[in-house]
Amino acid sequence: MAMQSTSGVPRPAAAKAVFWRDPNIRAIFYQVLVVAIVGGFVWWLVSNTLENMERQRIASGFGFLGTESGFDIGDTLVHYSPADTYARAIWVGILNTLRVALLGIVLSTILGTLIGIGRLSRNWLLAKICTVYVEAIRNVPLLLQLFVWLSLFRFYLPDKANAVDIIGIKISKKGLQFPVPVENPAYQWVGIAVLVGIVAAFAVSHWARRRQAATGKQFPTVWAGLGLMLGLPLLVFLAAGAPLQWNIPTLGRFGFSGGGEVLPEMTALLLGLTIYTAAFIAEIVRAGILAVNKGQSEAAAALGLRSGTAMRLIILPQALRVIIPPMTSQYLNITKNSSLAIAIGYPDIVAILNTTMNQTGQAVESTVLIMACYLTVSLTISVFMNWYNKRIALVER
Amino acid sequence: MAQAARNLDAEPVEIELHNVNKWYGQFHVLRDVNLTVRKGEKVVVCGPSGSGKSTLIRCINRLEEHQAGDILVDGTLLTNDVKNIEIIRRDVGMVFQQFNLFPHLTIIDNLTLAPIWVRKMPRKDAEELAMMYLERVRIPEQAQKFPGQLSGGQQQRVAIARALCMRPKIMLFDEPTSALDPEMVKEVLDVMVELANEGMTMICVTHEMGFARSVADNVVFMDRGEVVEMAAPEEFFAHPKSERTRLFLSQILAH
Amino acid sequence: MSTTDTTIPNLTPRKKAELLAAAGDPEAVVAPPGGGGGPVLWVRQNLFGSIRDSIITLVLIVVLGWLGYNFLHWALLDATWSGTDAAACRANPDGACWTFIGEKYRFILFGTYPYGEQWRPTIMMIITVMMLAASCDRRMWNWRALAMWIVGGTICGILLFGGVFGLSYVETSSWGGLPVTLVLAVLALAGAFPLAILLALGRRSNLPLIKALCVGFIELIRGVPLISLLIMASVMLPLFLPTGVNIDKLLRALIGFMLFAAAYLAEVIRGGLQAIPKGQYEAADAMGLNYFNKTRLIILPQALRLVIPPLVNTFIGFFKDTSLVYIIGIFDLLTAGDSAVKDPAWRGFANETYLFLAATYFVFCFSMSRYSQYLERDLNKSQRR
Repeated sequence: MAMQSTSGVPRPAAAKAVFWRDPNIRAIFYQVLVVAIVGGFVWWLVSNTLENMERQRIASGFGFLGTESGFDIGDTLVHYSPADTYARAIWVGILNTLRVALLGIVLSTILGTLIGIGRLSRNWLLAKICTVYVEAIRNVPLLLQLFVWLSLFRFYLPDKANAVDIIGIKISKKGLQFPVPVENPAYQWVGIAVLVGIVAAFAVSHWARRRQAATGKQFPTVWAGLGLMLGLPLLVFLAAGAPLQWNIPTLGRFGFSGGGEVLPEMTALLLGLTIYTAAFIAEIVRAGILAVNKGQSEAAAALGLRSGTAMRLIILPQALRVIIPPMTSQYLNITKNSSLAIAIGYPDIVAILNTTMNQTGQAVESTVLIMACYLTVSLTISVFMNWYNKRIALVER
Repeated sequence: MAQAARNLDAEPVEIELHNVNKWYGQFHVLRDVNLTVRKGEKVVVCGPSGSGKSTLIRCINRLEEHQAGDILVDGTLLTNDVKNIEIIRRDVGMVFQQFNLFPHLTIIDNLTLAPIWVRKMPRKDAEELAMMYLERVRIPEQAQKFPGQLSGGQQQRVAIARALCMRPKIMLFDEPTSALDPEMVKEVLDVMVELANEGMTMICVTHEMGFARSVADNVVFMDRGEVVEMAAPEEFFAHPKSERTRLFLSQILAH
Repeated sequence: MSTTDTTIPNLTPRKKAELLAAAGDPEAVVAPPGGGGGPVLWVRQNLFGSIRDSIITLVLIVVLGWLGYNFLHWALLDATWSGTDAAACRANPDGACWTFIGEKYRFILFGTYPYGEQWRPTIMMIITVMMLAASCDRRMWNWRALAMWIVGGTICGILLFGGVFGLSYVETSSWGGLPVTLVLAVLALAGAFPLAILLALGRRSNLPLIKALCVGFIELIRGVPLISLLIMASVMLPLFLPTGVNIDKLLRALIGFMLFAAAYLAEVIRGGLQAIPKGQYEAADAMGLNYFNKTRLIILPQALRLVIPPLVNTFIGFFKDTSLVYIIGIFDLLTAGDSAVKDPAWRGFANETYLFLAATYFVFCFSMSRYSQYLERDLNKSQRR
């Protein structure tokens, strides 16, 4: 624009800056420089690795996945035998990791929320015990806690021959054995009834909301929904003549057979993860509740809302916005910490790939697989939690 | 004003406080407070910081619990009975210093929440009611916004409308203009004056002496948890009886 | 208009009342009805406030009493304190065997470090703990801390390695126990710190390629478990380096740990960078400082001060996480304890050992977390002023 100026003042010649002083060119230069350094470093590592692998005669590539694994896995969710491939073994490991992580997330959320609320209790003793729990648990390494649980099981639980029997559930050093119902065609109908009950519960809650909007009448949605979800399957079960036959675990010469079981390693891992993470979740929940201004509950009370309604409509929606982001990272932590399984002999993805690595020597490939698995899980959890966070944050502005 | 006072004596008593006492631990915040408020009466409570003004009106809708004495609101005795507390809160509206709007709800949802959940009103009716009161406080166009998007004065007017949506018999104001920027005080006071002219029973903790002069039937001066003086405004400002009142008035009016 | 009340708008009446009472208002203090305070009132209000509270309190007292009674008997009253072998303990299976800890504590604390030379790691640990304590003092948060750690670190290195001043040389493979835990935690933090600053700055950079590299590195490391990094370091590092270069096992673990620490520290530092008001950047630009000087003189000093409390928390995490080197066979405190447990002559005393280990970790972590809480409160206070 200045070029079109009609005044006779000559423009300073500096307008055409020397190119190395142009910020844009500098930016490109810096980036190229950094990328070149990083790229060179990576290239150096890769070429060293290739050379080393060639020298040690390690074949690279993922061909080994299709070969027979030859090792057994103690705890599997899907059918598996040593004759299966490495790929199948890895799949078993992924499922084991997901199982322990999901259970851990659910249990630690429940426990952590209770303890977080307990710390805010008016009851001094309860509040103090919850504080001591949090401080004691989060200042001791998780791995040590896993050892302690396993050791306590070995120390205090009876031998398999003298297993404690509570209504058919047997507890011993061999873990937890419990009866499972023998399969029966009626169960499919019960399963369908559960689904129908869930759909019906949603329909009822929708109807109740519509009716409240139209007439102002309230409806006990929660109880009705619970009744539908539990009552309907129960009715179907009874209508089918209540076919119930248990497959009871019995002690043979080589341990228990029949029924379902949870091995002590799995129990120790789940217990350790839950108790450890609950301490952190308790702090998050407590902070979230404290973050909601006291005036909010006072305003709700002054309007005549009951404390339960105020909690549901006013306090919780606001506390959740504070709680969700740090909760996400705790859920990610549970998933990552479940990899400590390797130290106590629970066959998770890391333990299985570690065995694979030792058997095949495919260090690079195994490590890449471990990382890829966790990155996938981590990304999935973050994407989901970000979506949820956005959904509840959207209400705000 | 004098005429209003004469009429008042014939009106039924809405709020009665009899020898009310309250302690925070060792600290005596309310000492033998006696107060009678009749239907349609407007009472302004003033006094220095920490004199127990806010505590007093927060006892009336049981945001705070008194430990001795009786409080009767609209014929209901305030006790630990949850039912009684609910009845009283339904009939007593409150406006806070910090507005206390619900930040996660739109303005219209802030207003309809209590009518729907407490008065069990159909949503459509509740929304009509809410719009009516939003028009009364002159911000119907803000209905779909969130509290964070409004100015302080607008937020406080929404808070007044929210309390009115419950169609209360009594309104309590806890320093409604203290958290506002000076230029927004008037718009809130205007709404309060209108409300007073309509005959609402009001107890108002405030330092707006102009408001007290023009609207109040009685001015109560509190200090250290006691009601030091109570008089009609012209009497209160012209001939304060107690030395403490004089000192307070000289501090507050010395501009 | 009034000024008396509006100056402290955010106080509840209760808070106001307490402030006035604290200010010594003579008429403020009159006893409330019923008991007039004291322990009886306190117990009634805080333990038996309602029927539900009373039930909770009673249940808790019973459970705590039962646990406390059993623990007391196991740990103290029925415990075995004397002897030099497992026989006495085996005769007394219901009590703890502190004889075992008495026999083994040197092994748990120092691992396989030559027995006669164990005074060296002892002094090293004393120096390290003293330096950690000294670093808590705010007056040390400048070049003094750096100088102290360089000098102290060198002394610690000489003590552990030996080979000079008449000290016999001790290989890292013989190191063990608490010194290894301390070395891992402190060196990982120190080594990761410069990298973390670069990563944090890079992540906030306007240059897209640099930003992408930093984000990629940080998220990759944070997305995978520490164990996978440690396994990678112990197995793959030798492959990464040119043939013939042999890399120490402890150093491998340290490098894996450092990468891990760098990613997490970078996020902490980024938090500090974000907390600095935009005006600081603008003021620095207006003064004509270039990027390097702006960052070095204006931004980093403020950001790093802000992140010290979360930094301490992160360090607590690292301290606990060092225990994971157990999995790749490094002889840290946990590994040493576990080896002691597995001694065939002393089978069955795992609980005693784990309690000892937990107490050791707890003392370190708890004192650090207390310090960080104190700092946070202190920092908030000075900011409000």
